[in-house]
Amino acid sequence: MPALGADMESGRLLEWRVSAGSLVRPGDVVAVVETQKGAIDVEIFLEGTIEDLVPVGTELPVGGLLARVRGMHEPATAASPQAAAAAVAAPAPAPARVAAGHEGTRAAAIPAAQAFMSAPQASTRIKASPGARRRAHALGIDLAALRGSGPDGSIVLQDVEAGAPTGEAPREPAAAPARRFDPAQMRAAIAAAMGRSKREIPHYYLTLAVDFAAADRWLAAFNAERPPAERLLPAALLLKASALALRAVPQLNGFWRDGAAQPAPAVHVGWAISLRGGGLVAPAVHDADRKALPELMAALRDLVQRARSGGLRSSELADPTVTVTSLGERGADGVQGVIYPPQLALIGFGRIAPRPWVADGQVLARPVVHVSLAADHRASDGHLGGQLLAAIDAALQKPEGL
Amino acid sequence: MDEAQARELAAAVLAGIAPEADLAAVGPDEDLRSALDLDSMDFMNLVVGLSERTGRPIPEADTPRLYTPRGLLAYLVQH
Repeated sequence: MPALGADMESGRLLEWRVSAGSLVRPGDVVAVVETQKGAIDVEIFLEGTIEDLVPVGTELPVGGLLARVRGMHEPATAASPQAAAAAVAAPAPAPARVAAGHEGTRAAAIPAAQAFMSAPQASTRIKASPGARRRAHALGIDLAALRGSGPDGSIVLQDVEAGAPTGEAPREPAAAPARRFDPAQMRAAIAAAMGRSKREIPHYYLTLAVDFAAADRWLAAFNAERPPAERLLPAALLLKASALALRAVPQLNGFWRDGAAQPAPAVHVGWAISLRGGGLVAPAVHDADRKALPELMAALRDLVQRARSGGLRSSELADPTVTVTSLGERGADGVQGVIYPPQLALIGFGRIAPRPWVADGQVLARPVVHVSLAADHRASDGHLGGQLLAAIDAALQKPEGL
Repeated sequence: MDEAQARELAAAVLAGIAPEADLAAVGPDEDLRSALDLDSMDFMNLVVGLSERTGRPIPEADTPRLYTPRGLLAYLVQH
């Protein structure tokens, strides 16, 4: 059971995406686990044959054993088609232990071949709104049996209602439990993390007003001729500017662990996403400092959609090295953030709004954004924090370089 | 496209962005973004969805016309 954030103590296995004997590769989604932040797709970081899968519904503490992965010592294709067919017809006894030596390798060949034969098709997520998922779960309807009328064919509440059996015998309940997101659980997770942050982390706060005119002009020109799906929002620029600034001031990117700051080698920005109906999650945009703006924009849109429909991956919850929160166009002017432990800092952006701004000795109306930093005083001081804000400002003045 | 079709299309696209949002509950001249609590990403997804479903590009300069139900429906009927 992976730790998906400092506040997670346990999780419940909702669904296996692989079967015993399947071949797995690093990055494959093998299971869905229910946490306080909803259902999370668990990725694996080992290569080999997966076995000893715990039953669906098992609740495990962080670090508990979900399954074993046996490394591959010989190519699975070594097994003859006949052997594989036999294995499918009469299921091979499940290997009961992790086979460490070569003795285990011959036995491994059969279940591995079986995995090739019987592994489920590359699992495609069923797109559905959270409301539709809840209703489908309540009615015992398999989402896979419904046709979605929402964007990209996603299933919305009315599709579930339309597909609900009317007086006939109820359909078979879905094989896998529906993904749930319980607002009370989410609240408890936020309470635990933020309580710990305020108890343990001596925060200091800095703010800087930044002229957004250059970025605004650049954005307008970039978006003017592009179709809607290729346009950029200011959020992409704020994210990239933050990531570049963190690369320049790496002391604020990383974790406080075992009484010391541990700067992280990569910049994985946790992007705070508010969930409709309450709650907040900040999944990682991996290597945000090395992605081009269109790539970042696509990543943000994808993350927001998956955060709301319950399809975040374990690495996205476990990897953020810093958090960035942008309050959006109708948000407040600025934010004094609460650091997500054990991270070292949180960068906040208020709404971008026209303000009086002095340039060349004149007062002008300019779009201005208030950028803030909350940082761990055990790890850094305000002087360094100021350098980070200055670096964000500088990056936003040269949007063509983002 | 007539106004009923435009309304149906807009409601279908919105349902995928904000499933609990009820377009019919928004006054004709109210700002959809505040009435339905749509952030800039939600609004962008609305424009993307409408553009894809109608096959029309919806230039960036036109997007402020989609802020209210009246403007949005008129835009879909005209274009």
